[in-house]
Formats: sequence, structure tokens, C-alpha cells
Amino acid sequence: MLHIDQKEVLATNTMIEKENLDVRTITLGISLFDCAEGDLSTRCRKIYDKITSKAENLVRVGEEISREFGIPIVNKRISVTPIAMIGAGVCRVPEDYVEIARALDRAAGTVGVNFLGGYSALVEKGMSQADRLLIESIPDALSETGVICSSVCVGSTRAGINMDAVHLMGEVIRRTAEKTKEQDSLGCAKLVVFCNAPDDNPFMAGAFHGVTMQDEVVNVGVSGPGVVKTAIESVRGQSFDVLCETIKKTAFQVTRVGQLVATEAARRLEVPFGIVDLSLAPTPAIGDSVADILCEIGLSEAGAPGTTAALALLNDQVKKGGLMASSSVGGLSGAFIPVSEDQGMISAARSGALCIEKLEAMTSVCSVGLDMIAIPGNTSAATISGIIADEMAIGMINGKTTAARLIPVIGKGVGDEATFGGLLGTAPIMPVSKASCEAFVSRTGRIPAPVNSFRN
Amino acid sequence: MNKVIITVVGRDTVGIIAKICTYLADHGLNILDISQTIVQGYFNMMMIVDMSGTDAVFSEIADELEALGTSIGVAVKCQREEIFESMHRLSTQM
Repeated sequence: MLHIDQKEVLATNTMIEKENLDVRTITLGISLFDCAEGDLSTRCRKIYDKITSKAENLVRVGEEISREFGIPIVNKRISVTPIAMIGAGVCRVPEDYVEIARALDRAAGTVGVNFLGGYSALVEKGMSQADRLLIESIPDALSETGVICSSVCVGSTRAGINMDAVHLMGEVIRRTAEKTKEQDSLGCAKLVVFCNAPDDNPFMAGAFHGVTMQDEVVNVGVSGPGVVKTAIESVRGQSFDVLCETIKKTAFQVTRVGQLVATEAARRLEVPFGIVDLSLAPTPAIGDSVADILCEIGLSEAGAPGTTAALALLNDQVKKGGLMASSSVGGLSGAFIPVSEDQGMISAARSGALCIEKLEAMTSVCSVGLDMIAIPGNTSAATISGIIADEMAIGMINGKTTAARLIPVIGKGVGDEATFGGLLGTAPIMPVSKASCEAFVSRTGRIPAPVNSFRN
Repeated sequence: MNKVIITVVGRDTVGIIAKICTYLADHGLNILDISQTIVQGYFNMMMIVDMSGTDAVFSEIADELEALGTSIGVAVKCQREEIFESMHRLSTQM
């Protein structure tokens, strides 16, 4: 094989140093099923012991790999089996689940990860008593812990949408917002409502270790919006063919780095490699924005007419380029469009070019959904449930993952901004429709699973 | 073979290569390839080095080379070769 030449080395290092190329997260998935025995305090102890022993070396290994390859690995994280299942049988009141959340938070603190996901319930077909208790405990769990992330899967293409859970989540999101109002309702930034939730997602806040998975697994999430943006600057004004080829090649290179890091992390941790998640994940840093890619494709701002088409194109090329670069692709894999975590999205929301309705349309063609959207603090629980139901319907009908991470910022309204800090960023409060959906979300039961033929 | 890419970037001055090479020789690191260019007065060098002849830990070598670079006013970076191979070569062992 030919030696690597200086141009190639320079190209890689320019991506890392100037275009924010990084590996966004190494996430260690840990099954907690073997901790589901004994009384509550026994389970909490077993959970703490298992996480702190399995993930003992995670942060150190991440830092070593980062040093040796010269690539930043931004986050080291843990996902666990949905906790509703692990507490079932011994948790009698919501406060019992909060006790488990505290144990998880202590374990995460001991091993030094910055988030731990899996304070979750999977209720697309129906809610067990345990699921309901966990969901009701979420406001306390998220306000009393630091790094715990929660997700609730309320719908799927096979099961339909559990509207009782959607209704409940509207209230849970409001209560979580109230309990964390001193920090601009930050608790809601750690709470995701899913349709078709993936089992192997390494990204927070929606990561959990799926119930069909092995004992432990290493999943890696790549990033690189800045790299894609710079690459397509060189083909400005050229045809869609050229544009798509450029995105695919760049996605291939970015994903190869993710695959290398994932393989290396799995080897050193002696844990099987799971998947690489091909997502383009932005950060609030300048030059690390998915919205900026859309602008480079030819829009004056994200939200302009053409945005959905440009995003569809981008998302598809990222997958096409990335798929060949990894032996196993999974998770969410696509372009993320979290408003508060993307400088270009923030500006578009500030200027009014981007509204919730346009974002909803965008989520029908890209990964995830209505993500990190700050809404007025006086938005009713019913309206929040209505927005969630709309987003879940897009996922259910199109057979894709969608999610809602909405933050009703208590005490703030349109024109104000919420600040969450760090990677979670800043969000202008976006206006929400004043029309009511109270009677709709108050109906009980499920929206049935859709027919999978006659696809119009 | 345990190949490492060393890149050196900075304002051109006398003895950059000499100092880096002396360090490598002292630590049993064999140079397989060197390429060097000057772009607008800036010195750009890339070395491919085999680390299999040393017992030293990667991070120590990398830290020391960085410190050496700082002392002569250039930025030195050490990275394992695989990251470049994985990005720029279709067939690679991973």
C-alpha cells in the first residue's frame, strides 16, 4: 500500500483543527436485567456496582484513543436498559423510581461520563403500572439528578400511537419544566418522546440500551457538519450531481473515522462493537452547523422555501456515503436539526425564517424530529401533547424515527431566549399555535397502526 | 509495524529537522519517510515513523515531541497512521 502523503495528512488535520471534525460520542450500552432482583435498595446497589465496574475504563479509553489519533472525542456516555423494566415489581410509588435515578446519577458521576441515558419506558402499545410510575417520576428524577436522560417511546409503525401516553407526556413535560424553572426549564432538554425509538442510539437524550441487545455494546456517534459545509463550498453553483457526490465522499471519510474509533474502543474495552451512527450532529460553535450546510446548498436562511428538499438531499447523501464506510450502521443516522444546538438554526428562529410548522415538515425527511425547541412557558399541557402527537404521526406513517424534545420555558414568552449552557446551547422562544386541541388529546386509547399499502 | 505520523508546522528556522530527528534517534524511533515543503515562509514537514522499536508509551512520546516543538517555535503533532489510512484509503485493515 502506498504511504499516506502530506496532502492527505494536511486534509485530515484541517478537518479536525479548522472544521470541527470530531467523534461526538462513544456510548457504552449496559444491560441491567441482571440487576432486577431483590428489594429496591438491593437493585440500586447492583445497578451502581454494575455500571461502575463495566464502565470503569470508558473515559480513560476514550481519552487515550483521542490522544493517539489526534481526533477529539467529545463525549463519553452510558446507555442502560429502560429503567421502567428494572424497577418493575419493587417500585410502588413514583418516588421509588427516583431512588433508582439517584443511583444511576451517582454511578455516572463515579465513572465520569457526562450523560447517562435509559431512564425510559417503552409504551407504544400500552402502559404497564411500572411504566406509568416511571413516567410520573420523570419530573422529580430529572430535577434531582444531574446527568440522567429520559426517553419515552409512545408510538411505532407496528403498534400505532399510545395517545394515553401522549396525553400524560404533555403533563410530565410541563411538570418537569416547572421543577427546573430556575435553569430555564433545563429538565426538558433531557427528556425525549419517541416514535419508532432505535435500540442502539448512542446520542442523548434519547439513548437507551435496547431490550433485544447483548450484555454490553459500544456504539459511536460521528459528527462533522463543518466538514461537509467546507467540502461543498468548493462546488458552489454546480449541479446537484456534483453536490451529492461531494457530500457522499465527505460522509464516507467522516464515518471511517467513527468506525476506526468504534473498533478501537470496542477492542480496548473488551466489549463488542455495535454500530456507528452516521448523524450530522451540530453544536452551538460557529462552523459546526447543519443550517449552514443548507445555506451553502443555496438557501439564504434555514426555513426558506426549498429547506425541506435541501435537507432531504443532505440526509440521503450522508447515509449513502456513510453506509459503505462502516461495517454496521444504526442509531438515528441522519442530519440532526436541534434548534438550540445549531447557530444557524438559532439565527433563523430569531429572524422568524424558521417556525415550528416548518421544522415539523423538515422532520419528515431527516432524522429525529422537533428537537430542543423552546416554547412559551404558558403553553398548555394539551397543546404540548398535540405537537407530540403530530410528530409521532409523521414517524408512524413514514416508518421512521421521530422525536419531540420541547421545552416550555417557565416565565418566558415569544421574544425571550432560554440559555441551557454547553452543548445544549441557546434558544429563542418560538411561537406556538393558539388554537386548541384539548378535546383531541383528551380522547383515550390508541391511534391504530397504519396500513402499509396504498402509500399516497 | 506501528506507524505514527508526525507533522511539524511553524515559521521556518535553522535546525528544526535536526532537533526532531535527534529526539527520534535517541528514543529508538525509525524514520520511514520524510516530506517537507515551505509555504509562504511556513515550514511544513511530515514524517512517517515506526514506533515498534521502542518501549516508550505513545502519549509520552507525543507529549515530549509537542514540548520540543514549543521550545523551537513550531507545532508538532503525533498521530497513529490508521486515522489517515481510514479516511483516504479504500482498503484498510480495521
